[in-house]
Amino acid sequence: MTNPLPPPPKKDPQKRTVSPTLPPERRSRASLGLSAAAAEGRFMLQVCSACNTLQYPPRDACCNCLSVDLRWEDVSPSGELLAETTIRTSTNLYFRERTPWRSGSVKLDAGPVIICHVHGDVSPRSRVVLWNRLDRSGQGVILAVPEERTPDMEDDPQLRAMTCDPKHRRVLITDGRNANAPAIAEAFANAGAAMIFVGESETWRPNPQRAQLEAIPMVGVLPLDVTDTSSVRELAGEIGGKTDILVNNARFVRPGSVLARGDTGFAHNEIEVNYFGLMRLAQAFGPSMCARTADGVNSSAAWVNILSAYALMNFADYGCFSASNAAALSLSQSLRAEFRNSGLRLTNVFVGPTEDDWHQPLPPPKVQPQAVARSVIQGLRDGLEDVYCGDVAKDMIERFRAGPKILEREMTMGGAE
Amino acid sequence: MTRTRQSYNGVALVAPISVPYKRYSIETAHWWIARALKASLDAAELRPAQLDGFSVSSFTLFPDSAVGLTQHLGLSPRWLDHIPMGGASGMVALRRAARAVQVGDADIVACVSGDTNHIDSFRALLSSFSRFAMDASYPYGYGGPNANFALLTDRYMQEYGATREDFGRICVAQRANALNNPGAVMKRPLTLKEYMSARPIADPIALFDCVMPCAGAEAFLVMTMDEAEKRGLPYATLAGAIERHNAHGDDPIQLRGGWTIDIDELYEQAECTPSDINLLQTYDDYPVISMMQIEDLGFCAKGEAARFVRDHDLTITGDFPHNTSGGQLSAGQAGAAGGFLGLVEAIRQVTGKAGPTQVASAKCAMVSGFGMINYDRGVCSSAAILRGTGS
Repeated sequence: MTNPLPPPPKKDPQKRTVSPTLPPERRSRASLGLSAAAAEGRFMLQVCSACNTLQYPPRDACCNCLSVDLRWEDVSPSGELLAETTIRTSTNLYFRERTPWRSGSVKLDAGPVIICHVHGDVSPRSRVVLWNRLDRSGQGVILAVPEERTPDMEDDPQLRAMTCDPKHRRVLITDGRNANAPAIAEAFANAGAAMIFVGESETWRPNPQRAQLEAIPMVGVLPLDVTDTSSVRELAGEIGGKTDILVNNARFVRPGSVLARGDTGFAHNEIEVNYFGLMRLAQAFGPSMCARTADGVNSSAAWVNILSAYALMNFADYGCFSASNAAALSLSQSLRAEFRNSGLRLTNVFVGPTEDDWHQPLPPPKVQPQAVARSVIQGLRDGLEDVYCGDVAKDMIERFRAGPKILEREMTMGGAE
Repeated sequence: MTRTRQSYNGVALVAPISVPYKRYSIETAHWWIARALKASLDAAELRPAQLDGFSVSSFTLFPDSAVGLTQHLGLSPRWLDHIPMGGASGMVALRRAARAVQVGDADIVACVSGDTNHIDSFRALLSSFSRFAMDASYPYGYGGPNANFALLTDRYMQEYGATREDFGRICVAQRANALNNPGAVMKRPLTLKEYMSARPIADPIALFDCVMPCAGAEAFLVMTMDEAEKRGLPYATLAGAIERHNAHGDDPIQLRGGWTIDIDELYEQAECTPSDINLLQTYDDYPVISMMQIEDLGFCAKGEAARFVRDHDLTITGDFPHNTSGGQLSAGQAGAAGGFLGLVEAIRQVTGKAGPTQVASAKCAMVSGFGMINYDRGVCSSAAILRGTGS
């Protein structure tokens, strides 16, 4: 069984910080379907539309009937471990630094044989479940885990290398004034975070949530205003080298379409916080986080943005706010590409209308702060890139996949019949 | 299939050449191939212009293929082939060349394989070996086929009760053979104790289960028997040859190769049985694969190879001479030349020209090839039976 991960020793500043190395990232285009599924934590394989044969490794034509119509589908992840090995040395630097590394061959009940990583708690020749996870290169890889959960299984070194588990890690939550800040901080405390920094803008102003935040173990409230470059830089100078997970929950939201507002005042604020805020944080915290992705048990692991689901498709009632989030989404894709060489994960949590004053005119369902917090932690534990929080966000992504143009119409019709 | 394949009557294999291997080389595959080709032509007292057929196997020729080599080496063949089949390429090249010579598409074909090994070139080769390897094994720490063969070995041991000592017997016997081969990369004797206590690589595989990647080249010529006799060249004949690709695709893990499908036809074509074979050259990138071949080629029943190697002496002077030049495990694996090593040695053996590795009265040799770990198993298999006058 997995040994619980002990807290890391205090860092010796005289020792060299280990440079990040990555597992092999080159893939065929067909294989990127596995990565796309892993970004959401789904176990999907190609299925032939003509004869229903499951394919693995990913192909361009069916190995049974030569049809080129292969679609990605969620399939049963159960199988049996046929054979295994423990790799003691590798020509690849990433694995060479991490040996011994367990690997095996699994016969999936649904058909194909899959070479995969093997969790330490899997018994030889046993039944397994396969997880599709993003490795540090950002590509989907398959890991065999026991059928039943085992104690501390998330501490397995091979699994932890693929996830961003908060345990023993130090977290920065950027906006202590956001209504979701206490719930997020509390969730990190429960997940075993070593330190929870919470940013607070304009510290001279009362923060009604401050006492609640400070009552949570490991929380320290620090001054941070994402609209102020020097404030962001100052905090990064102080804690940038020990921020392992950054959760950007800073948000400026006001209702209103372009014509209803009549001026660009609120839009300036929205862009200042939701777009430039993210950029300032990335420029100040990104480089030091990227440099520390291989820094032991509490290496830096992930950057989390909490975005509106309206980043996917504009909702005219909040048209200007939606646009600022679309800009943030686009920027996050740039950051994801820029983080890739370091292995720092970028996770976007898409949230539907939240239960707060600014969404008061909208009907339920609305997202509670605890639900946002759960999605953040789940996304980190599963190493996801895209998390859809709440019914509205889940509904929107399903419609988006079915047809973005149709969704655009649906957004203006209050839900088509 | 109701049609009977025609025999390879009238075909002669001559001028076997092994260019001594080197662990690392600053030279290119072109250089190694040129050396083997020249040595083979020199042995037959032929000029390059007299060559009208050319077959090449190599992993490290990029961006060239056999086509680029014709201009590079100043050849103008009327028959050209490129065999990208790794460990199976020797017999595959031979079969095609033999048919070309039989029907008169070419008079003299040179079959050459060679690869170089630069510092770090092996790693680069592995990362882009095949699309399935790139997508589905290399990302899992499979820096090369070690871990693939570890899985097969793990399953083989469980299934048939083979032990590491059994694999060790093959490696130790081959090292003893290699000590007679001045071209072998490995120069020191190996004991079973050293084999057992070697550094683990990918359990249950340890250091001496793995071949040493190196640079080298192998070559031989294919011509008619008449031509060989006219030129006074000692020659081997081809009694039979088979190849098979992607066999037994439904086996969840590879415990047998494509030989099982074609082996009866091979013996039928060669009009002999396993007991007529004087020496066997298996493709030995890992000892488990040699065991698989000993079974699938009919020397013992499935799962019995461990007992077979316990009961037989696999050295040059033993009752079952096997991989007489040391095989890849001790002579080294020079890329695609690994698929020629056993074949070239077998030509030397049945023509009585093997020198220090010569097996007494070696008149009938079997050679088999195995290649291309495309994803989770070796996809290509091949085998041939050669005859000659022996020593």
